[in-house]
Amino acid sequence: MVVMRVRIDAERCQGHGRCYALAPELFAADEIGDGVVIGDGRVEAAALDRARLAVANCPEQAITIEEAD
Amino acid sequence: MGHHEPVTDWETDFDHTDDVWAADPFPIWDELRAKCPVARTTRYGGGWLPTRFEDVAAVAYDTDRFSSRSVLMTEFRAPMELAPAGIAPPISSDPPYHKDARRMLLPIFSPQAVDRLEPSTRAYCEELIDELRGRDVVDAAAEYAQHIPVRVIANMLGLPEADADAFRGFVDHVIGGVALPIEQRVEGMLALFGYLQGHIEDHIAHPREDLISFLLESELDGQPLDAFQVARTIGLLLIAGIDTTWSAIGASIWHLAKTPADRQRLVAEPGLLPTAIEELLRAYSPVTMARLVRADMEWHGCPMKAEEWVLLSFPAANRDPDAFERADEVIIDRQDNRHAAFGLGIHRCAGSHLARMELRVALEVWLAAFPEFGLADPDAVTWAAGQVRGPRCLPVRIEA
Repeated sequence: MVVMRVRIDAERCQGHGRCYALAPELFAADEIGDGVVIGDGRVEAAALDRARLAVANCPEQAITIEEAD
Repeated sequence: MGHHEPVTDWETDFDHTDDVWAADPFPIWDELRAKCPVARTTRYGGGWLPTRFEDVAAVAYDTDRFSSRSVLMTEFRAPMELAPAGIAPPISSDPPYHKDARRMLLPIFSPQAVDRLEPSTRAYCEELIDELRGRDVVDAAAEYAQHIPVRVIANMLGLPEADADAFRGFVDHVIGGVALPIEQRVEGMLALFGYLQGHIEDHIAHPREDLISFLLESELDGQPLDAFQVARTIGLLLIAGIDTTWSAIGASIWHLAKTPADRQRLVAEPGLLPTAIEELLRAYSPVTMARLVRADMEWHGCPMKAEEWVLLSFPAANRDPDAFERADEVIIDRQDNRHAAFGLGIHRCAGSHLARMELRVALEVWLAAFPEFGLADPDAVTWAAGQVRGPRCLPVRIEA
């Protein structure tokens, strides 16, 4: 089975906070409210919909989901 | 308002203070987007108005060619000498100065910091509701929405809640008075800074646990902030924190008052509220920003001149059908919602987490107290013109 992983482009992130509001098991806020990926960013099957939601709601388009190696 | 001639041609002579724009700007933006996606005006010393999402985003991201030295489209442009900080740092600052000035503020407005303010915000909303109970008709804008951010921000900054009327006067002048002649604009700003100066001096003599003292103890580039800079940043937070959030709360209550199906669904499914709030922010985005063109250039075919304005309408961008399906409809369970109500790029609203918390708590408390409510008199609803749009008179019938 393909394993997916989320990534945040820190250059694009401006701290809107949509990712950690929508998928708190995958993302957290740092001390200034920018989004950070929790752990290695692996997305369990149960969290895939929420990962996609985070991608679709990031105003800066800073989040990607890709296949983990 | 009535400071200017009514607009007859939106493509060549737009005016964000026009009465028609204030009452219902959506058809204006839709028509411009289809026929003339970057409108222009000779008012306010010249300006441009992009209405497509991608054009608004392009301006927001292009801090090289569009300066934030002034962000309110008026006859007044902040003096060049105030750069790089600008009149109200960091909203009025450009890179590279902007980054550290903003970073200094962000921890205060982080989600974690905002969480700590939720209980007091909720208690205050409940206090306001208690005073409305038992009445037939209340003004949800003037008697509820308006008071919430005033109290929250006054406590954060360290200004007396009792000065709420004075704050509203300043906000009304700075945001509501954008069409005023330059002398009156300057006079109003001096009054605001005069008021803040007294409180800052008092904080210098008697430091306490609030934002004014925090800023007075902060350093930028290894230098402590001077009192004038503290006053400008506090002025920004006071002005930016009040009628923006007030507008968002008011517009949300207005929508639910006129849309029984959405109101009933949110009463039945309170868990949907965070999703609904994003849609209400998209559809009724309160805040429009402005930029100044840095140097003469042609941009998307428009001959822009240095010091002309670009009105950065996030509200118009959020209604662009190329960016959102069924952009003109309010769909309270919309899942994919990459709206730009809090801006895009380096000037993303620093208070967005606070605003979202206030909006959610205000609506939770309102809906729990008044599950049945509707517009008492739709024709009596009035909307603020200019760059912050929301209902200022909102008579609502409550059946508690």
